[in-house]
Amino acid sequence: MKELLIISGKGGAGKTSLTAALASLASPCVLADCDVDAADLHLLLKPEIQQSVPFYSGVMPEIIYDRCVDCYRCYSLCRYGAISILTTHPRFIAGACEGCGVCADQCPEEAIVMRDRHCGEWYVSSTPCGTMVHAKLLPGAENSGKLVSAVRQAAKAVAEAEGRSLLLSDGPPGIGCPVISAMTGVDAALIVTEPSVSGMHDMKRIAELARNFEVDFQVVINKADINPEKSDEIAAFCQRNGIGIAGTIPYDPLFTTALRQGRTIMDYPESVPAQAIKRIWQHIQDKIQ
Amino acid sequence: MKIAVASGKGGTGKTTLSLALAEAITGGCTLLDCDVEEPNCHLFVAGEPWRQLPVEVTVPEFTNDGCDGCGRCVRACRFQALARLGKRVLVFPEMCHSCGGCVLACPHKVLREVPFGIGKLEFRHGRGFELISGVMDVGHAMAPPLIRQLKEHIPPEGLVIMDAPPGTACSMVMTVRNNDFVILVTEPTPFGLHDLKLAVETLREIDLPCGVVINRADDGVALIRDYCQEAGLPVLLEIPYRRDIAEGYSRGGGLLAVCPDLRESFRTLLNTQIPAILQAEGRL
Amino acid sequence: MKVALTSRGDSLDVLLDSRFGRAANFLLWDAATGAVEVLANTQSLNAAQGAGIQAAMHVVESGAEAVITGHCGPKAFRVLKEAGVKVYLTKALDGHEAIRLFQAGELKEADAADVEGHWA
Repeated sequence: MKELLIISGKGGAGKTSLTAALASLASPCVLADCDVDAADLHLLLKPEIQQSVPFYSGVMPEIIYDRCVDCYRCYSLCRYGAISILTTHPRFIAGACEGCGVCADQCPEEAIVMRDRHCGEWYVSSTPCGTMVHAKLLPGAENSGKLVSAVRQAAKAVAEAEGRSLLLSDGPPGIGCPVISAMTGVDAALIVTEPSVSGMHDMKRIAELARNFEVDFQVVINKADINPEKSDEIAAFCQRNGIGIAGTIPYDPLFTTALRQGRTIMDYPESVPAQAIKRIWQHIQDKIQ
Repeated sequence: MKIAVASGKGGTGKTTLSLALAEAITGGCTLLDCDVEEPNCHLFVAGEPWRQLPVEVTVPEFTNDGCDGCGRCVRACRFQALARLGKRVLVFPEMCHSCGGCVLACPHKVLREVPFGIGKLEFRHGRGFELISGVMDVGHAMAPPLIRQLKEHIPPEGLVIMDAPPGTACSMVMTVRNNDFVILVTEPTPFGLHDLKLAVETLREIDLPCGVVINRADDGVALIRDYCQEAGLPVLLEIPYRRDIAEGYSRGGGLLAVCPDLRESFRTLLNTQIPAILQAEGRL
Repeated sequence: MKVALTSRGDSLDVLLDSRFGRAANFLLWDAATGAVEVLANTQSLNAAQGAGIQAAMHVVESGAEAVITGHCGPKAFRVLKEAGVKVYLTKALDGHEAIRLFQAGELKEADAADVEGHWA
C-alpha cells in the first residue's frame, strides 16, 4: 500500500478539490482527511459515517468545590490565566488551559483533579470512492498532531484490511505539528500552490519541511494562468532546486460550480481542468506503484 | 477598539482584508499578524523591519547541584520535556510549556528557569499603519506563547486589527480572545460556509460579537447570505468576485490598489457599522 | 550484554519496527543466553508528545546497552547517548537478520539522529 499526501502550506490553494478529484480517478482507494481543524473533504465525498470514536488528548483540571478553601494558590501559580477568581470560588477557563497540572499538583487541599480532555471525534465512513477516515477537532482544542496521527493510523489499518493499494491523504495547512504528523513516512506528496506572492512564499516553506523529512514530492501549480509570470517564477524556482512539477491546472470557475453542486471536477471529464488533473494522475502513477 | 479578522478556512482573504482595512482607515492603526506559523502581512509592506524583538519563554535548566534522582520533576511534567538518567536530568526546551511545575516539584531546588527563544516580533511601518508580525522559528510548535507576547504590544488606545491564524484551534482562540469584535471572512462555496459555521460556533462559545465579510461574492452568494440571516449574523460587506482582483492580488498588489472604491466601504465598516452593532448588542 | 530491538511483534521472527519512539514493542535480547524478553512500549505509543524521550528512558531503565532500530530522532538519540547506550540503525527485515548483522559487526554505530523527531 502506498500513501500519497496532498499539501499546500497556504490554505485555499485547492488541496481538497484536487484530493477529491484524484480520489475519483483512484477509486476504489482509502481516504484520510488530515485537515482535522477545518475538515472539508466530506463536503465533496459525502461520507456515510459507519463508526465514530471519541478522541482524548492531554488533561484538564476539574475543581472539587467541596474541598476548595479558596486559598487561590492555583490562581497564583497558573501561568496561562486559566483560573479566574472573579467569582466566589476559583473557576477554571477551559480555553486558556494548556493542561500542565500545576494547579492540581500544588493544591494543598487536593481539591483539583486532572481528567482526560475530550478534544474531538474521528470517523470511519463509506464514500463512493472508498472508505474514508476523517475527524472533527473541538473548538479551541490543541491541534497537536495526535488526532492527525490517529486518523492516519486508522486509515492505514482500513487500507490493509480492504487490500487497497492507495491511501490518499488531504493534508492540513501550515508547517506546524499537524503537517509534520501528516507528512512523516508518506511515500509521495503533492504540494499544491498558486501563483501569488503568498502562494510562492508558503510553497517554499513547505518544500523545505518536506525535504527535511525526506519526503519525495512534486509541485502542482493551480490557477496557473491567473498570473503566468508568477507561475513561470515558481517553475523556475522548482527547476533550480531540482523539484519536479507534476502539472499545472488552469483557473476555472467550474471548480466552484462543481463544489456548489457537491461534485468534483471529474464529474465534468471533458473540461480543461479535469483533463489537466488526469495528466497529473498519469504523471504520478509511477511514484505510487 | 480591537478587531480580529478570522475565518475557519484558509485562503479566504484574511490577510488581504486585514491589510486593506489597516490602509483604508484615516488616522492610523496597528496591525498585528497573529498567523505566526505562516505570517504573510509583511510580504505586502515594503522594507526591512525597523525593530526586532526576540520572543522568549522560560524553560528549566538542570544545575547539577544536589540532585538525588528522585524523579519528581519528570513525573510533574505532563509534556515529556524532562528525562532522568540516574542523578541527572535532561531538559528538552522545545517540548516545554513553561508551566514551572518541575521547579515547584523539585525538593532540592536543582532546577532553575532560564530564557529560551522561540521566535521573534518584527515591527514595520506600513502605509498609514504600524505592522507587528509574530514569526515562529521553523521547527517550533509553541504558537500560543508567541501570540500572547505579540498581543502585549497592543497600544492602549486607537484601532488595532489582528490577522488571525486559520482554523478554530487554540491559536485562533488565543488571538481573538479579548477583542471587541471579530470579522469573519468567507467565500460563497460549501467549504466557505462549513468553515464559517465552525468559526461562528467557536466565537459564540466564548461570547464574542462577530460579523461576516463575503469575499469573492458571485452569483452563489445567497448560500452565505441565507445562513447569516438564519443565524442572526450581520453581513458587513460583500467584495465582488472579479478576475482582475485575483490577478492583482497574485502580483502582490493590495485590494485597495485594484479596487480603490472599496476604501470608503472599509471606512464605513470600521467607523459606523461595527460600532452600531456593538451598541445594538449593548456592548459599547 | 542486553540489546533492545524495535519490533512490530513479540519475537525475533517478526518484522522490525523501523520507528523507535512509536515502536510497538522492544525485544530485549540477551547476548549471553540468547533469551528474548518483550518490553511493551504502550506508554510511549499513547503519549501526546515526547514518545521518543519516554521510550528511550524506558530502554535505559531496562539495562540495555545497545539499541537496534530503523530510525532514531534527535530527542531519543540524546537520551540514549547521554546514558551511554549505543544506537545501531539497520534496514534489516526481522530480528534474526538484525542480530546476525550485529554479531558480524556489520552494523555501524550511529553518531547522530537520522530523522527529524516527530509524529509518525
